[in-house]
Amino acid sequence: MSASILQVRDLHVEFNGVKAADGVSLDINEGEFLAVIGPNGSGKTTLLNLCTGYVRPKSGSIHLDGRAITGLSPRVITRRGVARAFQIPQLFSDQSVLDNMMLALAAKDGLWTMLRPLALPARREEATALLDLVGLRDDKNRVSRTLPEGHRKLLDIAVALALKPRLLLLDEPTSGVSTLERFSLMEALMSALRTRNITALFVEHDMDVVARYADRVLVWNAGTVMAQGHPDEVFKDERVLKNVVGVA
Amino acid sequence: MRAILLIVAILAIVAAPMAAPWLQFVLTMAIAKGLAALGVAVLLRAGMISIGHAMSFAASAYGVAFLARGGISDFGVLLVLSVVVTGLAGAVVGAFLIRYRAIFFAMLNLAVSMVFYALFAKLYGLTGGTDGMTIPVPTVFGVVLSEPTFKAVLFYGSVALMLLVGLAVHRYLDSPLGHALSAVHTNEVRLEYLGVPVWAVLLVAYIVSAVLAGMGGAIAGFAIGRVVPDFAFWTASGHLVLVAVLGGIGGVPGAFIGAFFLELLHTEAAAFTDAWNLIVGAALIGVIMFLPKGLYGLLTRSEVPAK
Repeated sequence: MSASILQVRDLHVEFNGVKAADGVSLDINEGEFLAVIGPNGSGKTTLLNLCTGYVRPKSGSIHLDGRAITGLSPRVITRRGVARAFQIPQLFSDQSVLDNMMLALAAKDGLWTMLRPLALPARREEATALLDLVGLRDDKNRVSRTLPEGHRKLLDIAVALALKPRLLLLDEPTSGVSTLERFSLMEALMSALRTRNITALFVEHDMDVVARYADRVLVWNAGTVMAQGHPDEVFKDERVLKNVVGVA
Repeated sequence: MRAILLIVAILAIVAAPMAAPWLQFVLTMAIAKGLAALGVAVLLRAGMISIGHAMSFAASAYGVAFLARGGISDFGVLLVLSVVVTGLAGAVVGAFLIRYRAIFFAMLNLAVSMVFYALFAKLYGLTGGTDGMTIPVPTVFGVVLSEPTFKAVLFYGSVALMLLVGLAVHRYLDSPLGHALSAVHTNEVRLEYLGVPVWAVLLVAYIVSAVLAGMGGAIAGFAIGRVVPDFAFWTASGHLVLVAVLGGIGGVPGAFIGAFFLELLHTEAAAFTDAWNLIVGAALIGVIMFLPKGLYGLLTRSEVPAK
């Protein structure tokens, strides 16, 4: 088995008495593509918020590559190699698609190059290649707020990839993407993850996508891990079929 | 096309005092206010309105007066030192103020600037109170000049400074740091998730804006030959915001276009009637209603976002 890249131990968090994580422990192994499934409101996005520092746990610990990241800010955790794509795309809506990408690449390179333009030729080329990867090359000069929802989602993922993360957290990457584009997006994403050696965790409601692409599935229900394992095993679990797959 | 317009505009500014000498002072003040308004426009990029930037404008002018009183007489040294001190003051004040957003940022800037105003007005023994402080005619590279000659040097020096600073600010806004500043306005969360320290982006912008306002204040002090507490009054801060919005924040020239327009309009209107505020106000309403991108928007109208 590959080494664990992210270790979550005995994590507790609650909002107004509702437990979003109730003593959760889990590992994400290097190179795997881990799917998190579960009913709406079960705390899946909270798990991403916890791992990226947006929400601080009441107790418990999170380690990245053996170093504690519990309670650190999203900025610091990002700089340690964790990138995130959001359920609702988080873009710079007044800027062009290309500028969104180049700003992400510049952030990775170090933003403090005050007198060098954002649009350096090498950076522009790299941004265009990433846009090509997710199928947005033709949209590169559009202002990002004018993109259809599915393309905004793709751009959000491309921005996260531009950070060259060790661990990528994706919140429902295929929601808002048309059925026709869904699998081509996943193929492109998987290719990018493999070629760049990126470990990924993705929250997903589309069970076809989960069954086809996930190396391992983690079933989240009411702030606890109900089951985990290979998709074939998990989707045979009666509790999962009854409580999650039926409502996911 | 815009490059040609820019060259024509610069030539017109440089030549104007030769045709009408009274324009020299008006244009020098327009450049001073344009620099300060550019500082306000830099912060407006991040969606942050400062109704207190007259404090940096005044602080620099007072800095020149204090340094001159302390025995420094060279124009360049006075200008650089006063702007550096204003930049440092901007770093201290900015470190506190950039934690706030929207109306809180605007009002806290206003509050701090009014504290400065009160100090300038009340510390009579130090600042001369409401009488202000005199700024003597400085030497230029050790050469003693008559007042008219110095004012001419100040004007042409200000034009050169406007061009150099304008170019530097353009480069800054076109850099990743400048784009990150605009990104603060649209999505601060994503910026944090890119690993970008938003506080640092804003602090740099605040210092840049304070330095720009400081340059403007120092030039205004030299041009008038006196600095008074009214330099820091809240209406002066409001005036800078007005100039920035009037000119348009879509590019560096906007602040200067707004400043030239307003100074010339003010001067012309005041020559015709005591109710010059009415004319200035009507012109402003017209610009704001029909030119949402400011006067600079007239030059950039054809540049619609690519679809």
